[in-house]
This record gives sequence, structure tokens and C-alpha cells, in this order.
Amino acid sequence: MSTVSLVVRNALWKKKKVDLLVARGRVASLIPSARKTRVEAAQELDASGLLLLPSLTDCHTHLREPGFEYKEDIASGLDAAAHGGFGNVLCMANTNPVNDNATVTERMLDRARAAWPHGPRLYPIGALSRGLKAEELAPMAELADAGCVAFSNDGLPVPRAEFFRRAMEYAWDQGKVVIDHCEEPSMARGAGMNEGAVSGRLGIPAQPDVAEAAQVARDILLADYLKIPIHLAHISCRRSVELIAWAKERGVQVTAETCPHYLTLTEERVEGYDSAAKVNPPLRTRDDVEAMLQALRSGVIDILATDHAPHAAHEKEVEFDLAPCGISGLDTALSVTWGLVEKKLLTLDDLVRAWSEAPCRVFGLPVNRFQAGDPADFLLFDPAAQWEVTPETMRSKGKNTPLLGTRLRGRVAAHFLGGKKVV
Amino acid sequence: MQWRHKDLLDVSQLSADEARHVLDTARYFREINSRPVKKVPTLKGRSVVLFFAEPSTRTKTSFDVAGKRLSADTFSLAKSGSSLSKGESLKDTALTLQAMNPDAIVLRHSVSGAAQFMAERLECSVINAGDGRHAHPTQALLDAFTLVGRWGDLKGRTVLILGDVAHSRVARSNVLLLNLLGARVRLCGPRTLLPPGVDTWEAEVFSDLGEAVRGADAVMCLRLQLERMQAGLLPDLREYSRTFGLCERHMAQAAPDALVLHPGPINRGVEIASDLADSGRSVILDQVASGVAVRMALLFLYMTRKSAE
Ligand SMILES: [Zn+2]
Repeated sequence: MSTVSLVVRNALWKKKKVDLLVARGRVASLIPSARKTRVEAAQELDASGLLLLPSLTDCHTHLREPGFEYKEDIASGLDAAAHGGFGNVLCMANTNPVNDNATVTERMLDRARAAWPHGPRLYPIGALSRGLKAEELAPMAELADAGCVAFSNDGLPVPRAEFFRRAMEYAWDQGKVVIDHCEEPSMARGAGMNEGAVSGRLGIPAQPDVAEAAQVARDILLADYLKIPIHLAHISCRRSVELIAWAKERGVQVTAETCPHYLTLTEERVEGYDSAAKVNPPLRTRDDVEAMLQALRSGVIDILATDHAPHAAHEKEVEFDLAPCGISGLDTALSVTWGLVEKKLLTLDDLVRAWSEAPCRVFGLPVNRFQAGDPADFLLFDPAAQWEVTPETMRSKGKNTPLLGTRLRGRVAAHFLGGKKVV
Repeated sequence: MQWRHKDLLDVSQLSADEARHVLDTARYFREINSRPVKKVPTLKGRSVVLFFAEPSTRTKTSFDVAGKRLSADTFSLAKSGSSLSKGESLKDTALTLQAMNPDAIVLRHSVSGAAQFMAERLECSVINAGDGRHAHPTQALLDAFTLVGRWGDLKGRTVLILGDVAHSRVARSNVLLLNLLGARVRLCGPRTLLPPGVDTWEAEVFSDLGEAVRGADAVMCLRLQLERMQAGLLPDLREYSRTFGLCERHMAQAAPDALVLHPGPINRGVEIASDLADSGRSVILDQVASGVAVRMALLFLYMTRKSAE
């Protein structure tokens, strides 16, 4: 026990008081606080009243660097991640230049290590196609060698099924999964919200939920036919969830994620032409929100992700049709989903599974289950802390969220990665 | 009536009494329009900016004439060709306009919600002269004014709105206002040109014109944008005019003396048979005249309102 560097005492883990012992950046052991072990450690911390959680993994963020550093850069994005409870961040390839070659990947990784040497750790997602144009495959072997952990055309859905099939096959040769932004592009062109009574009344060009579900169906059938796994990004509606449930029953290797806003907000938030609520896929109906919650509880939806999409204020402060899609999510994600636990719509176990275990499993990252030898990536979460979402309380450069001005409960009190305190 | 609204974004902001008050005020101004000297000093020294970010000669001229007859100074800004052009955001345009300190801004814009966007950023009154597919309150008010002029009251009347409802701000505002004033509303068009959620609107919905027109007291045709063909919403004009073009044959099924309206400009022979547009049933030119009177009433009410403070 002499190598123990850190002891966290009296934290709540699965409703029990525990002491966490950390040695050499890894979990040494987790023991009931009642045992009152005497351990010599360089550092000791009393975590009374705080929840112990494994550090979160966000498998879907947009960090905007290179190319759009005025929206966000890797340093500011990882800052928001660290404070939001995320220890691993998978970033999408729609940068400028696009992350479709090793030079871009390596530069991203260098920037991340320079800004946050102890983490949060950046895991780039490579482009599926060169320039995200869905015409030629990206050099996926080169990208995988450089450190890309998955491939995606996120932001620019792939219309041609044949091309998408080849991309899935080629990516799987590299041992990587493809993440698809499911959207049948011809049904969603120019759309700013969900198609329905609200869009009809407001006169906003809209996309129906079937634009998403049609592509979900295609991807499931391909995964089934090819016997290759597929990961479906930011699922937003009941129709998609029903297809995924069917696929899982059939044994298709499909995994899926959803985002905090699809569990909490509906299309009504667009009333008043609020561009902060403009996101792609769009906010759906109350029925869809209920379907998403149910799917997350039952495991049909495996993963929570932020789809963190920061934009500059002036880009959102325009006519609704012209505003870019996206919600800045790293700062608020954990508090918002904790709110669902408080309302008993999700359990704490759901949260840990969807924010930590499942993304690490799907993308092959080490996961902390608080067993000896696991990475000492954890956070102490203050469930009673209240905070107001304001431009000042958000770490991300992107202040674009429909939650501005609302009060949230629960906040990260401390965040450790590899046993080192980052927050 | 003390006018309490700063902006006119849509008719949904108005109570039935307020809508009637607009029409009553417009009736008063219509008298002025038939005098030899068609000008009163009511808004002398006040200024109105006509900001038309989307071209519309009719509506703009109508507001211009309305302003001038009330002795207001009217300034026109078009998006193209002005300094408020390329690359400038609507927010900056709003701030620029604000700096000129006008009393009212009349805004036409191709994006739904643009009027609200401006209204939230400007201290002066914003009058929505049409925003995207969302609302066209002054058109709805002038349509109602035209009908009230003929009928005296809208209560118990049935008005059919015909054509491209999905893309029509005129239809949206009219459904709200006609209901508010006690009329029954019907909508008719091919399914491809009906908006999502139309079943939640206060209207009976038809895709068969023959049925829709039966017993109607008025038929309001909507303008068909010809690009709906390219968007795959319609096969061609011939087929549209055969199935949804209004002609005498249909009007025979409507109520006796039923009226025909069209917000203009008309595609003759497409939305409406040419001879029907020129017939005694047509109140299309009435609408134009009503437009000036209604817009005078609106400029008067909004520019002479007392602020709440
Ligand atoms: Zn996406």
C-alpha cells in the first residue's frame, strides 16, 4: 500500500460510502469507508456528500479546430470537457481542412497534448470520405495509424448506399466502426426543425422524422447483410428507436447514441424563432422524447453523447433559416442528465452505462469500473450544487444553448484523470 | 381605443375587438381616399422606413401611398443595391435602421420570423409586411376589410382559401383572422401543397375543389409560385389549372353572389380563369383599394400609440 498516491474518502458510490485508493494513475482499490483503513498517501481528500462517478466519455463532439477556432478550439473545448466531467472526447472530422489525412489528425493530437497534457484525452474521428464529399473514401488506414478511433461523415450524410457500404467494409478492415449521421438528405434539405404542426404554423422549412428513420433502416440492413457493426449518431425519434430495437432483437451489431436535448426538449422550443433551439436532427415531439427515455432505460439506445456543436454568437443571431444548427453541450450535459435521474426518469446506473461504459466499449477505450487496475479517471459530483447557465458559467467558446438563463442542479466538484486532478 | 401594441407581427396578437377597431379606423381613412385632396396632416413629421428585403412592388407601393396620404415621410430601403446589402446581417441592418430613428419600419423578408427578429431589436414599431411562409397580417386585414365592406359582417360566412396553402403566409394569417371575426374557413389544395399539421388548424380541409367550393360565400385564391413544379410538388401548370384553377363552373356550386379574391399578382388562367378574375364576382381591385385604407389605419394606430410606460 506504500505506493498509494491518493485516497478519496467518504464518497458515495452506488449509494454506499466508499474510500477510493489510487496508485500509479490507476485504481488500487475501492473499499467501504466503514473499514477505516489506515493508508499513507501523498494526498488525501474528504469527499463527504459527493458522488463518485467514472469520468465520462463523449463520443460525439465538434471541437472546430482547425479552421473555426473562433467558435471553439481544442484547448477551450477540452476545458469545457474537463469541467463538464468528460475525460475522453471523440471529435468529428468536419474541420477545415477536414480530418481526412494524418497531418490533420496528428496536429489535433499535438494541440490536445499541449493544452491538456493530463487529459481530457482527445480521440479524433476520421473522415469517411475525402473532404466529406461522399465521393472517394478517405485514407482510413493512414488515419487509423495516426490515431483516429472511428470514421464518420457526420454533418454531411452519405446519400449513396453503395458508397456507404464500401466505407463500412473498408473501415472494418481497420478494426474501426463507422458512425453515421442518419438523414435521408433529399427529405431534409434546408430544414430547420421537425416537420409537424409547429413547423406548419411557424412556416419553417422542416424535415420529418422519417428522414432519419429511413437512413437508420438502410444502415441496419447493411450492417445485417455485411455482418459489420454500425454506430448510429444522435438518434432523435421513436420511429428510429423502433427500428433499432428490431435490429437488436435480430442480433444485428448496431449501437446508437442520443443527446441530452433529445431527452428533455421538444420542437415547441423553436417557437419565437429561437435559433438556439435549431439543431440537427431537430428537436422532436413529446412522444419522441418519451420514446428516447424509454429506449435509453431499456438499452436500445446504448450511449449518451453531447453532439457539442459550438457556434459564435453572431452566427446564431440571424434569421432562423440562416442560423447554423447546433447546441453547445459539454458544459451542461452531465447536469441535464443528472436532472433526469433526480426526476427518476433514468437511474444513476443508466447514466454511468451510457456516459462511460458503453462509449468506451464501442470505441475500444479503457474504461473505469473502479476495479483494481482500471484507469483512475473519475469525478466527484456535487448533486446539491446549483448553477445558472450563462455565458460566464460556460467554459466552451460556444454559448449557443437553449438553456441560457436556466438553473441546473448538480455540478462537477473535482475531476481526476490518470489519478491527476484536472479540475 | 387606446392602441397598446408596439409591433404588428401577426394577427394572432390581436383580439377580435382590436381587429374590428383596425377595420373601423380603415373605414374612416377610406373616406379620405375618395376626397379630391387625398391627404391629411395626421402623421406630419413622422417617418416610416419601408424595408423590403424581398421584392414586392404592390405591398410596398400600398404602404408608400398610405404613409404619404397621412403626411408621413417614407423612406425606401431595398436589400439589393443599398448599402444594407451583401454580407450585412439582419441584426446590423436593424441597428443601422434604429440609428436613423424612424417611427415605424415596414418589413418584408423572405425568412419566417424575420419580423419578430427585428421587433425584438428595435424600439420603433415593426409592421410585418410578409415574412417567409409565416404571416402577412396586413393582407389578411385588407381581405377582411374587403369582405366586411361587402357583407357588413363575417359571422356565419364560409370562406374557402384555395391553392398553395403550405407556402402561403397569406393563408396562415387569413385562417387566424377569419376565425377571429367569426367566419368558417375551408382550405383546398393538393396534398403536396398543404402544410404539415394542417389538421390542427381551425379549418376544414379538402383536396377536391368541387366539394370545397360548395356553398362557400367567398373563394380566396392564392398565388402559385411556378417553382413548385421543379420542387416536385406539382406535375405542371396545365394539370394544376384543371384540378385547382377556379372557374365559373365551380362558382356555380358556391353560394349565390359568392365573391372571388386574389392577393395578386395573378397568374391568369392558372389559379383563376381570366374571365372570372374580371367578372362582377371579383373583388380583386377592391382589395387593392382596401389595402391603402387598412395600411393607413395601421400606420396611424401604431405610430400614435402611447407606450405603456
Ligand atoms: Zn451529426
